[in-house]
Amino acid sequence: MSDSRFKKNLVPPAEAPSGTKLPGSDTSALRKPKLSDAPRRRSIPEGLWTKCPQCGAMLYDKDLAGNLEICPTCQHHFPIKARARIASLTDPDSFEELDAGMASVDILQFTGVATYVDRLAKYQKSTGLKDAVVTGVGRLDGRPLALAVMEFSFLGGSMGSVVGEKITRCIETATKKRLGLVIVSSSGGARMYEGMFSLMQMAKTSAALAYHGRAGLPFISVLTNPTTAGVMASYASLGDLIIAEPAAMIGFAGPRVIKDTTQATLPPGFQTAEFLQEHGLIDAIVPRNHLRERLAFHLDLLGAATVPPTARAPGPEPSQPAPNRTEAG
Amino acid sequence: MKHYLDFEKPIAELQRKLDELRAHSESVSLGLNLETEVALMEKKLDETRRSIYSNLSPWQRVQLARHPKRPYTLDYLGSVFTDFQELHGDRLFADDRAMVGGFARLDGRNVMVIGTQKGRDTKENILRNFGSAHPEGYRKALRLMRLADRFQLPIITLIDTAGAYPGVGAEERHIAEAIAVNLREMAVMRVPMVAMVIGEGGSGGALGIGVTDRVLILENAYYSVISPEGCAAILWKDRAAAPKAAGALKITARDLLELKLVDEVVPEPLGGAHTDLEATSQAVRQALSRHLAEVEALPEEDRLSRRYEKYRRMGHFVEDPVTPHADAVSPDV
Ligand SMILES: [Zn+2]
Repeated sequence: MSDSRFKKNLVPPAEAPSGTKLPGSDTSALRKPKLSDAPRRRSIPEGLWTKCPQCGAMLYDKDLAGNLEICPTCQHHFPIKARARIASLTDPDSFEELDAGMASVDILQFTGVATYVDRLAKYQKSTGLKDAVVTGVGRLDGRPLALAVMEFSFLGGSMGSVVGEKITRCIETATKKRLGLVIVSSSGGARMYEGMFSLMQMAKTSAALAYHGRAGLPFISVLTNPTTAGVMASYASLGDLIIAEPAAMIGFAGPRVIKDTTQATLPPGFQTAEFLQEHGLIDAIVPRNHLRERLAFHLDLLGAATVPPTARAPGPEPSQPAPNRTEAG
Repeated sequence: MKHYLDFEKPIAELQRKLDELRAHSESVSLGLNLETEVALMEKKLDETRRSIYSNLSPWQRVQLARHPKRPYTLDYLGSVFTDFQELHGDRLFADDRAMVGGFARLDGRNVMVIGTQKGRDTKENILRNFGSAHPEGYRKALRLMRLADRFQLPIITLIDTAGAYPGVGAEERHIAEAIAVNLREMAVMRVPMVAMVIGEGGSGGALGIGVTDRVLILENAYYSVISPEGCAAILWKDRAAAPKAAGALKITARDLLELKLVDEVVPEPLGGAHTDLEATSQAVRQALSRHLAEVEALPEEDRLSRRYEKYRRMGHFVEDPVTPHADAVSPDV
């Protein structure tokens, strides 16, 4: 019954899901008859254009990147890289990354069809990241904040020891420095290759959030496509505010598992951001190009992060000004 | 009729022969030869049982953990605890029968016991949803834990579930949030808490009542991030590879103890918990009592920080020494 419950969720698809832009690799669209009318067809270098899966518009990759990977025609949200997301949410040069060198180890010596070590090497190469999350502290229009952004293209954003540890340290840093916290999630769930260590990251991160919350500090959880399973059943669901991107797939169990287990017909729009909002499970749906201003508004409203250190109520550890810091905003 | 698992076939066969011999020896005149043969057969049966049960593969243990005769939460509530008084409902939506809980007494002390509950037959399994709780089950569990916390009753949880239920209603009522909130709140309950995995420890559905000061596990129980079948389907593209996945995932009680993910393995009688409920219950009672006494003896603050550290330490990774560590960073705030 439940045997296949995480079939869809636990592990990243070997290939990117439909609707995913693959810069430099998807040239098939260029050979479609529809495009043969394009006057500049012969002069288009491969991989510079992406076809919008929702409206079919041909989008110049550079334009798409300049528009936060949102289709200007239909507002379809393409996946955005963690680093681009961070740049979109922080002031220039304000982001100070934490634990960038932390990497996974094959603690179980997992011997499957492919070895864990091989998988890690492959995704480290393709993403330029050590693992599936980037964490740090920075400023949003001058407001200090702790920020963690998951990278779905690294093993489906799956959470193993590194993701759990980096998120936990990010939360603890926020608690210690009395910072508001924003976590942008995108994950297929816990990482199988690390077995029970992965499951325990759910407990670890949630416990850290308990203390962050008790310190009176705000946590805003941002759910992006897709956020499911173990990540959804831990920190992603624990925001004081929970904001989702339009049309993001959000849930606990994968739709196929639910279908197979229950034989039920899934309601229209099941497990989309809109479905969750209608059912009262999230606070708001905010398009990516409005996220920055929305976060700024909420961080102001929820307080702690914007209170200057001198005026702040007594708290632990007044922090030292960091040298060589570029003030922006 | 005794239920035999596949790997127990040699035992079943010997038992059948032994029964035949005995029946025969009763019907005919008792000859010395037959008596000797019965004794020999008994010895062989005993040796076979020992050899099979002391060399169980991870997959065979999974089968024992799922054994239809395995003691469930309510069995232990009758045999390990006394005076169980069930409390129903999440006060929000429903009374999830896959999650039971209430007051009970353990070795004379009042406790709150919460556990997932499977059904013994089809009818009961429908009532209990095969031991897979909905959001209301996790919310009932949280309600009872908060009640216990408020009135200083230690909390004991018994875990036996293939996982939280994957269904439309479960998603609509936010199963992910229900589990997540339990993880966060269990981390800061002031009272002593002990969990024991008594059968299946199925992923987030198990962890949803499993964040405690001590986590114990019965010898043949398992605890896993994903079912062996689910893992096999994804990584081997074949559910039949479940035995391989069961090994690779390191989900047995012994593996988890070695990895320091559980605190103690509670021994089962040879052949599994179901072969001797009384002996199993005695071991369960002693282990629960001892661990509870240990965590009760700690000052509250100490207990809470140890609980935090327990989970904080879980995880393995390497760090690039050049990269700034979180503690080394002093943002100008
Ligand atoms: Zn479009």
